[in-house]
Amino acid sequence: MVSAAFAFLMLSGFLFAAVNGTMADVNEALFQSMEQSIELALSLAGILLFWTGVMKTAEGAGIVKALANTVQPLLGRLFPEIPDGHPVFGYIASNMAANFFGLGNAATPIGLKTMRELKKLNGDQDTASRSMVTFLALNTAAVTLIPTTVIAISLKHGASNPTDIILPALFATVMSAFFAILLDRYYAHKRIR
Amino acid sequence: MAVWLIPLIVAAVIGIGLYKNVNIYETLTDGAKEGMYMWIAIVPHLVIMMAAVAVFRASGAAAELASWMAPFLSLFGIPADVVPLALIRPISGSATLAMLDQLMQEHGADSYIAKLAAIMQGSTDTTLYVLAVYFGAAGIKKTGDALKIGLLADAAAFFFAIIAASWLL
Repeated sequence: MVSAAFAFLMLSGFLFAAVNGTMADVNEALFQSMEQSIELALSLAGILLFWTGVMKTAEGAGIVKALANTVQPLLGRLFPEIPDGHPVFGYIASNMAANFFGLGNAATPIGLKTMRELKKLNGDQDTASRSMVTFLALNTAAVTLIPTTVIAISLKHGASNPTDIILPALFATVMSAFFAILLDRYYAHKRIR
Repeated sequence: MAVWLIPLIVAAVIGIGLYKNVNIYETLTDGAKEGMYMWIAIVPHLVIMMAAVAVFRASGAAAELASWMAPFLSLFGIPADVVPLALIRPISGSATLAMLDQLMQEHGADSYIAKLAAIMQGSTDTTLYVLAVYFGAAGIKKTGDALKIGLLADAAAFFFAIIAASWLL
C-alpha cells in the first residue's frame, strides 16, 4: 500500500505536469527535495543518537522496566501480543508521554527504538505485527497537549486569544486516536478471521 | 516548561544510572551507536518519499485535486479554503505550516477559517512521514493496515476539528 501511495503521488504529478506545462517546476522541486531530505535527515541525526543513548541508559538503570510495570494495566489491553511486564511497555509509555507533552524531539527517537523492540518481539520478521500497527496508529494520531507550533503562528499573526484552540485541538486529536484504536481493532479481527 | 523538562529527564536517568552502578558512558555511546544504524535505515525512506511529495505538489496536481474535492467536502462543512491543507496534511508537515501561515495572513488569525485550520494542523501528524520513518527504522517491508488506519484517523480528526471549531464561534 505504501508503494501504491508513492506511485500515485509521483505518477499523477508527472501526468499533471505533462498536461499543464509545469514540468520545469517539477524538475526543480524534485532536485530541491533531494537536498532538503538530506538536510532533514542530518538535522535528525544528532537527536536520534543522543536519545537512543539516553534510553539505553534508562534501560540499564531499570527505569524502563519500572515504567513498564506501572503502565502495564493500562497499555496491556491495547497490546495483547506483548508479554506481561515486558520492557517494551516502558518504551511505548515514554514515547506517548513525550508526544503528549510536545517533546517531539525525544518522541521520535524513542518511537523508532520502540519499533525495533517490537520487531524483535515479532521474531525479526519484516512484516508489521499487530502491536506495531497499533503503535503507529497512536503516533500518527498525534495526541498532544499543546500544539506549540500552531500557537506560535497564531501569535505571529496577532490572534487575540491564540491559546483558545488548545481544548478543541485536544478534543479532535483524542477522538481521532480513539477512532484509530477502533479501526486497528477492527482490522486486526478481520485478519484473524 | 520543556526548557526544564528535558534537562530534568536526562539528569534523572544519569543519576539513577550512577546509583545503580551502570557504566553510563558506555550505555550512552552504545545506545547512540544503535541510533546511528536506525538513522542509516531511515535516510532512504526520507529521500524517496520527499521526492514523491515534491513532484505531487510542484506539478499542481495537489492544488487541482483539492479544487475538485472542495464542492464535495463543503457538504461536510469544510470551507473550500482549508481543503488544500486537509489534503496535504498527511504527506507534508512543512507545506501545511506554510498554508496555515498563508490562511492567517489572508483571513486574519481570529477568523473561523484560521481557527479551523489551526485545530486541524494541531490535532494531526504527517502520517506518511511517521509511517516511512518508523517502519523504515525497524526495517518493516509489509506495513499491513497501518497507512489505511492512519489516513482514516486523519479524516476523523478533521471531522472532529469542525465540530470543535464551532465551539469558538
